[in-house]
Amino acid sequence: MSIDMTQFHQVFFEETEEHLATMESVLLAVDLSAPDDEDLNAIFRAAHSIKGGAATFGFADLAELTHVLENLLDRVRKGSMALTASMVDLFLTSKDVLQGMLAAHRGGPAVPAERVADVAGQLARLAAVDAEAPVEAAAPVATVRQQPEVWTLLIELDADEKAGIPDLLASLATHGALDVLMKGNEETAQPWVVRFTSALGPDEVSESLAFAIAPDKVRISLDGGVEDDGEFGLFLDNSLGSGALGPAASYEDDGFGLFEPLPSVEAAGSVGAQEEDGFGLFEPLPAAGTVGQGDVAHEEDGFGLFVAVPPPPAQTAQPERPVAKSDDIVAPAARPQAAENSIRVNIEKVDLLLNLVGELVITQSMLTQSSQVLDPALHERLLGGINALQRNSRELQEAVMSIRMTPIAFVFNRFPRVVRDLAGKLGKQVELKTVGENTELDKGFIEKLADPLTHLVRNSLDHGIESPEVRLAKGKSAAGRLTLRAFHQGGSIVIEVTDDGAGLPRERILAKARERGMTVADTMSDVEVWNLIFEPGFSTAAEVTDVSGRGVGMDVVKRNIQSMGGRIEIDSMPDFGTTMSIRLPLTLAIMDGMSVCIGEETYVVPLSFVLESLQPQSGDVKTIGGRGQLVNVRGQYLPIVALGDYFGISGHIANPEQAILVIVELAEARVALMVDDLIGQQQFVVKNLETNYRKVDGVSGATILGDGRVALILDISTIVRQNQRGAAALSQAGLLEQ
Amino acid sequence: MSAAEQMDRLTVGNRNSRELLIFTVGHEEYGIDILKVQEIRGYDAVTRIANAPDFIKGVINLRGSIVPIVDMRIKFGLGEPVYNQFTVVIILNILQRTVGMVVDGVSDVIQLEPGDLRPPPELGAMVDTAYIEGLGALEERMVIIVDIERMMSSDEMALVDASNRG
Repeated sequence: MSIDMTQFHQVFFEETEEHLATMESVLLAVDLSAPDDEDLNAIFRAAHSIKGGAATFGFADLAELTHVLENLLDRVRKGSMALTASMVDLFLTSKDVLQGMLAAHRGGPAVPAERVADVAGQLARLAAVDAEAPVEAAAPVATVRQQPEVWTLLIELDADEKAGIPDLLASLATHGALDVLMKGNEETAQPWVVRFTSALGPDEVSESLAFAIAPDKVRISLDGGVEDDGEFGLFLDNSLGSGALGPAASYEDDGFGLFEPLPSVEAAGSVGAQEEDGFGLFEPLPAAGTVGQGDVAHEEDGFGLFVAVPPPPAQTAQPERPVAKSDDIVAPAARPQAAENSIRVNIEKVDLLLNLVGELVITQSMLTQSSQVLDPALHERLLGGINALQRNSRELQEAVMSIRMTPIAFVFNRFPRVVRDLAGKLGKQVELKTVGENTELDKGFIEKLADPLTHLVRNSLDHGIESPEVRLAKGKSAAGRLTLRAFHQGGSIVIEVTDDGAGLPRERILAKARERGMTVADTMSDVEVWNLIFEPGFSTAAEVTDVSGRGVGMDVVKRNIQSMGGRIEIDSMPDFGTTMSIRLPLTLAIMDGMSVCIGEETYVVPLSFVLESLQPQSGDVKTIGGRGQLVNVRGQYLPIVALGDYFGISGHIANPEQAILVIVELAEARVALMVDDLIGQQQFVVKNLETNYRKVDGVSGATILGDGRVALILDISTIVRQNQRGAAALSQAGLLEQ
Repeated sequence: MSAAEQMDRLTVGNRNSRELLIFTVGHEEYGIDILKVQEIRGYDAVTRIANAPDFIKGVINLRGSIVPIVDMRIKFGLGEPVYNQFTVVIILNILQRTVGMVVDGVSDVIQLEPGDLRPPPELGAMVDTAYIEGLGALEERMVIIVDIERMMSSDEMALVDASNRG
């Protein structure tokens, strides 16, 4: 059985990316004075998984570097080495190098060899320094072990035709001496039992087997006649624990009475867990609970042998092919799954799916329509089926639409590192806080947001937040605060970058603008002044640093945001700080809305504006000057906007007392929108009307209803503002008119 | 002579000819570049857009995208704007936008040789001559060849925001 490993490369790359990201985030979060065991384990696990995968797929450079890294991490984890800030820095650098290597394997530019050598050297030095420390004998061997000890293992494999066990054993046999003690037979549930003598330890064997066989179908134990050495004893103490020793003992006692499943489920489970940990390639990281227990702490020390040791000459004969065949294949037992179960899918496939579902919904609505003429009594089953189809296709549509939505945490997650590195470089102290990471927005935005946000964060750090001395002199805390916040507001998604730094220097911006020959006046409003910094080539930094100050950036930021159909706003106060808000339209974002009907038409009111809906009692509706209508809502008189008139819809209810009033609120202003009826409340995927058409007054976008029809989404802010303007004009004072 | 050269000789006659989709509005025949046509479909229920010109019927959901529908019969003041199962909508792809166009009917696709293209007339037609590329003479038929891209993106169609025009 030959497996084309390249088909797994993509998976490996993505998994490794994920592991590296985990490693980085945990490293950044780790508390040096009292590192949490769980964190250390997580970092270690990530490194270990990368190494395992890299070695398996033949990425020797990745495997080598991770191996050294992993050894260090292991000692940190076991408490034999204290974690220091410089180590964290080194680990982070290693992570960057690893990422570079990974990119190189994916076709990117190669990482400079000297950089790799430098990092490897530093890691090795760190390892060497510490190896002298009198710690437990588990001192990991950073290089390939000189004299590999010999392990004799008993391996029991559940017979399974599909797993191709003979082939597997044959490949195993190239690494050491393999004796088939018992041939498996699937029909009698008789497992394969082999004795395997080689330089590979149990976990290495289990890892390599796990590529082909579900871990719960493999049991590995130590044969009694093992050539023991100190390290091996340690292995027993450290990793398997007494529970796991049980089956090994029972093997010996029974003289290979292995025809029955192992009695100790717990022990098998522990081996399973071990494998899972060592081999995170196709699995999400094991749930924290699994790893938290000490029993997973297996001896990764010998792992480097997996690739590095030349295989001993094969001694055994080829195992015979099993004759057993059965349809009754036992499904692998459910393994503990982490909560963050995910698959990776090309975004184009999702879009295709989205479009197909759209078509399906249209077809379904067509069916529903044509079925309405049928006699319900005669076609009960057909109509029932159509109803079910309608329900299912709607749910399908919603589910597919939600696939594209991604929490903004994907962008925010990169900033702890950016901030840490920059703050270190600039000699500033910065606390980063992120709020609203779970705000969902379209995947397309997520990717495009990363660059502009990075620019803003760098700017805030460089120009905004002052150095600790200056801050203390101003009476602020030494550490500046940088807040990234994301939230939905007024039919938009707002992403704010807030610092509590010096604020924008109004005078300097004006001076700079004059210097550049722009026409500016001292009477310009703050907002106008702030907007000057978006001019190409504008930088007020006294000196150009390699962080920012070259004046490229803000104009690019603005362009990027605008290309997404959004805008950027600045709010700044001297010595109080600066807030840059990116406001993105809800294109493709999912929005809670209420669908209302006006005449024959359906509109959607964004739920975020809706306070309540009511049907006014007779007498609650008053008029002013015979024109403007007001409704009395618990003592408050609110203006009524008849949407039917606003949109020129024929046949809408004109009398407010027969209609429904939807009370909406926008920045303290409340307005009662008059509609004919409420249809329902649901989530809508917002589509941009301007993609193929133009901006329409009073409409912020469009959405597709469950029946495939288009409904327009009301732009509450425009409607309310126009109403206010109309009121101002009506009051003929003209004072309020802008 | 190689096969490739043979192919060349076979296609050389068509190299400068254009494929046009012919549609009718009233009794007039119009031709548009077939490469601008995405598909031809029936008329679905449209969602009306408030305060739009009357020839913009509204928007439809075309496999997930919101596509405006223009009725050329109203725009040109020709034919009867009736909507039934025979009403035809030509979906156009213009300037990275998708627009639907209601016409009376789609007749055929023709190959127009450069020699059959006559310059546009000077007289006022229902269509502003600025958007007429020329007249195609095909035996007895006269086809008005429209630069559909220019026409659809023009101000009078009110399909594109002035600020968005590229």
